Amino acid sequence: MADLARILRRLGGGVVDKIWRLGYASRFIAMVLAASGMAFRRFSLTMRELYFAGVLSLVIISVSGLFVGMVLALQGFETLQNFGAAEAVGVLVATSLVKELGPVVAGLLFASRAGSAMTAEIGLMKTTEQLSAMEMMAVNPLARVIAPRFWAGVISMPMLAAIFSVMGVFGGWLVAVKLLGVDNGTFWSQMQAQIDFRLGIVNGVIKSLVFGTAITAIAVFEGYDATPTAEGVASATTRTVVASALAVLALDFVLTVFMFRGIGL
Amino acid sequence: MNRTTIDLWVGIFVALGLGAIVFLSMKVGNLASLKSDEGYHLEARFDNIGGLKVRAPVKSAGVVVGRVQQIRLDPKSYEAIATLRIEPTYQFTKDTIAGILTSGLLGEQYVGLEVGGDTAMLKDGDRIAKTQSAVVLEKLVSQFMFGKAAEGGDKK
Repeated sequence: MADLARILRRLGGGVVDKIWRLGYASRFIAMVLAASGMAFRRFSLTMRELYFAGVLSLVIISVSGLFVGMVLALQGFETLQNFGAAEAVGVLVATSLVKELGPVVAGLLFASRAGSAMTAEIGLMKTTEQLSAMEMMAVNPLARVIAPRFWAGVISMPMLAAIFSVMGVFGGWLVAVKLLGVDNGTFWSQMQAQIDFRLGIVNGVIKSLVFGTAITAIAVFEGYDATPTAEGVASATTRTVVASALAVLALDFVLTVFMFRGIGL
Repeated sequence: MNRTTIDLWVGIFVALGLGAIVFLSMKVGNLASLKSDEGYHLEARFDNIGGLKVRAPVKSAGVVVGRVQQIRLDPKSYEAIATLRIEPTYQFTKDTIAGILTSGLLGEQYVGLEVGGDTAMLKDGDRIAKTQSAVVLEKLVSQFMFGKAAEGGDKK
């Protein structure tokens, strides 16, 4: 009996802790949003973060997009050829990239490339008491440090996802048309006939916007919440990557369900 | 890294990103050729529309001249009413026949318009009088089978 009570107590404590942390994170994000006026008034702060989060992620995003598109075209061609529909390889590549792989894979890459860097930077600022020093000088670290990073992530993610998709379509075109000999005109016309602007492209952009918000919110929160030790920063960085990867995949499922059923979006 | 270099790179990045979205919209999603609200509407009634879907192409002599805008069921006559949006550059005669055809063996279904010899043209909101329903494979098969069975019966 005492054992059961102990197990239940531990379970309850764990749940309460998790909910408390979720509430803390939500209040933190709400405060960041409230303090983000400065991120736009002094846009050079956000500009600098756009450089670190967006521009420096360009290479990995473009190269991964190119290879993902090339692999999709190769694999799709092989299967479609069995049904005599090899020309539809363009549709296959573009649909999977624009709707799913573009936002999701770009989100995962963005989380590991930029999100982890954000967490580590903010965590280290906290460890070396730079955030406290700012508060002593009556500078709100939420407005000066956190908000520009948050908005830079939200802005750069849709762009990165779109660049990923374009590079993927280009890679698919390279393999399908230049390597495997699919007709160039059919490749494009089938793609254009099958992909709907609102259902495909607008939904892809909405997805990447949601992922960008989720990833940067997790990244800045984990950094701000990190235990101020070297070990704490390390584990916060790990938590960022794991949590954002899970968040991206789970949100992708939820968004896809909504978009398929045509509810709301 | 100084301010102007950062600004330059962020500018390049944002231009690339917006360019990518525009490319996806125009080249992949083909937004440019949609022009959804232009054109006039025609109505066609079919006994059976088969697998025709909204946004399916309307073709005349193989050329896409419009799209199916709406499909609904007439609650009185139980006929399917398809509203077709035709591009304003194309005019069709009053005695045009609309049929539901299939591109290829397994391809998508579309509405084919066959022009007659009338001099008067169809106007916005007009109804196409002569229509030809979709071929439903099951009906075709059963017709064939009954026909065969009947033939067999005659011989005995």
